[in-house]
Amino acid sequence: MKILVTVKQVPDTSGKVAVKEDGTLDRASMQTIINPDDLNAIEAALTLKDRLGCKVVAFTMGPPPAEGMLRELMAMGVDETVLITAREFGGSDTYATSQIIAAAIDTYGLEEEDIVLAGRQAIDGDTAQVGPQIAEKLHIPQVTYAGDIEKDGRTLTIKRILEDGYMTIKVKTPCLITCIKELNTPRYMTVLGTEECFDMPLHIMDYNTLKDHPLIDATTIGLKGSPTNIYKSFTPPQKGAGMMLEGSGKETAKQLVSILTDKHII
Amino acid sequence: MILDKKHALQQKLFRQFAETEFTKEILDELEETGEFNWEMHKKMAKYGFMGVKIPKEYGGAGCDHLTYALMDEEFARQSAVLALYANTSNSLGGGPLLLAGSKEQKEKYLPPVARGEKILVFALTEPGAGSDAGGTTTTAIQDGDDFIINGRKCFISGAPMADWCILFAKTDLSAKGSRGISMFIVDMHLPGVSLGAPEKKMGIVGYPTSDVVLEDVRVPKDCLIGKLNKGFQTAMKTLDGGRLGVAAQAVGIAQACLDESVKYAKERKQFGRPIADFQGVSFMIAEMATDVEAARQLVYHAAQLKDAGSEEASKACSIAKFFASEAANRCAYKAVQIHGGYGYIKEYKVEKLYRDARITSIYEGTSQVQEIVISSNLLRK
Repeated sequence: MKILVTVKQVPDTSGKVAVKEDGTLDRASMQTIINPDDLNAIEAALTLKDRLGCKVVAFTMGPPPAEGMLRELMAMGVDETVLITAREFGGSDTYATSQIIAAAIDTYGLEEEDIVLAGRQAIDGDTAQVGPQIAEKLHIPQVTYAGDIEKDGRTLTIKRILEDGYMTIKVKTPCLITCIKELNTPRYMTVLGTEECFDMPLHIMDYNTLKDHPLIDATTIGLKGSPTNIYKSFTPPQKGAGMMLEGSGKETAKQLVSILTDKHII
Repeated sequence: MILDKKHALQQKLFRQFAETEFTKEILDELEETGEFNWEMHKKMAKYGFMGVKIPKEYGGAGCDHLTYALMDEEFARQSAVLALYANTSNSLGGGPLLLAGSKEQKEKYLPPVARGEKILVFALTEPGAGSDAGGTTTTAIQDGDDFIINGRKCFISGAPMADWCILFAKTDLSAKGSRGISMFIVDMHLPGVSLGAPEKKMGIVGYPTSDVVLEDVRVPKDCLIGKLNKGFQTAMKTLDGGRLGVAAQAVGIAQACLDESVKYAKERKQFGRPIADFQGVSFMIAEMATDVEAARQLVYHAAQLKDAGSEEASKACSIAKFFASEAANRCAYKAVQIHGGYGYIKEYKVEKLYRDARITSIYEGTSQVQEIVISSNLLRK
């Protein structure tokens, strides 16, 4: 049994966001972090590894500097990593990305007892589409928004956390689960991990590795092949801070009415 | 110095951990109670901080001196006292065993120390033997297969929590000065070992320090570390490594003084504008930044010399400690000055930094002792 986790290096949105002429993000000029939800997926995998002793493999698609993130994941306890990187893959939307990652997972080997974990969504695109699309391409069941995962043999019991309630689902491996932040608190790297991660296995899968895989359609990958065209990217204007009214119910209601009247809202 | 990928990653880990875990609540509690925070100790042990410098075969991570310095610096930047939590096992505690211990001794004592299950401290100083460590009056007299130890050690950091201590005692009573001193590892739970009351310290509050009193303490001879009567040399070598740690801690404190001052100088308004606009303040910040950076480079350089096994390492560690600890004190003075009245109030971080900085130019060899080491390296060749 092994756990395959998909992760993405994303721009640190607490810093400045830069956009290229074609509307895609200028990732090279921005500080990067590991996508927060993906860290929850990694933690879920490592928790299962602590209990069951299985192997954890992380997959990412991105430019060569994404290696830094993969080393960091190995310093946390991930056993192996796969970097999917090629010019041909650059600018891929979720449709293109998911076929490439699915092909990479299939090339690496997905067995009956394996679990694929992904973060719910990335903070750059906020689509939440790549995980589910990978499951579709691999023809395995998927459960999204996991807030709790239990494993008994090949059966996983997953508590989905939705906006208006919970849903408990049983699913058999192999399957794909997307994780949310309520699932756990990601661990830090360990000192020994930082010492050893640069000697641990990092596999590169490039265009040549994957081009003949049945899931790869050369016309639907990369920026040109992506069905999604970005019209415009921009940083939304920041919302002003809220105002707190203090006092009794009657007083604050009075204040509120006077503020709204002043602004000609009522 | 530009850090390589590995050291940069390690710096990131130490920084992330300290920024997240050393919360204001925890720091306030340490300050208020003065007690050891076992929960923090365990958390640090879980990630391997206690065994940074202990080799892998003895349960540590086997990192080099540069990694160790980076840890002390990053931890001290958030909390000078919590930096000590992860320091002793890697320097004064584990150091003597690594330098002079037998394979059996290393196998017995180092793994539980690296895992944080046992606490090992260093007991050299005595009421009458501080800078003059050769003036040790604690004795260890051979009696069959045992040694019987009598004496009093003082200012022993971590003694109240310790399971074992590295202890220096005179074994050849006829030998003069630093000769005839041997090094032992003593089980703190043995009959005859007792502790003084925890000291009420100016700074680094939350890492208890006390006297260790030894009255007819019988230790088996396999507790002797290294050669009989040759312990003083090991003590001095251990202190070289320890000085690097204190120097790194001083850099962290100095950096924290700078961080706080930059923030405050931009926020605080007087005469209708931020005080950062006044050269009297901005020049102090420039002086602090220069002090911090110079101290940091000296520390990293000394660490690299130690890693390379250079003969210059001992002098470099003393230079780094001398400069960095004095720089930390200068920076702490300026940080409080920039904060004005607020800097004198306990609610502000710089008040604590001012008190914490003070120890760095005292323990593990005062600044004046460092000057002796540096100058004798140059003059007695």
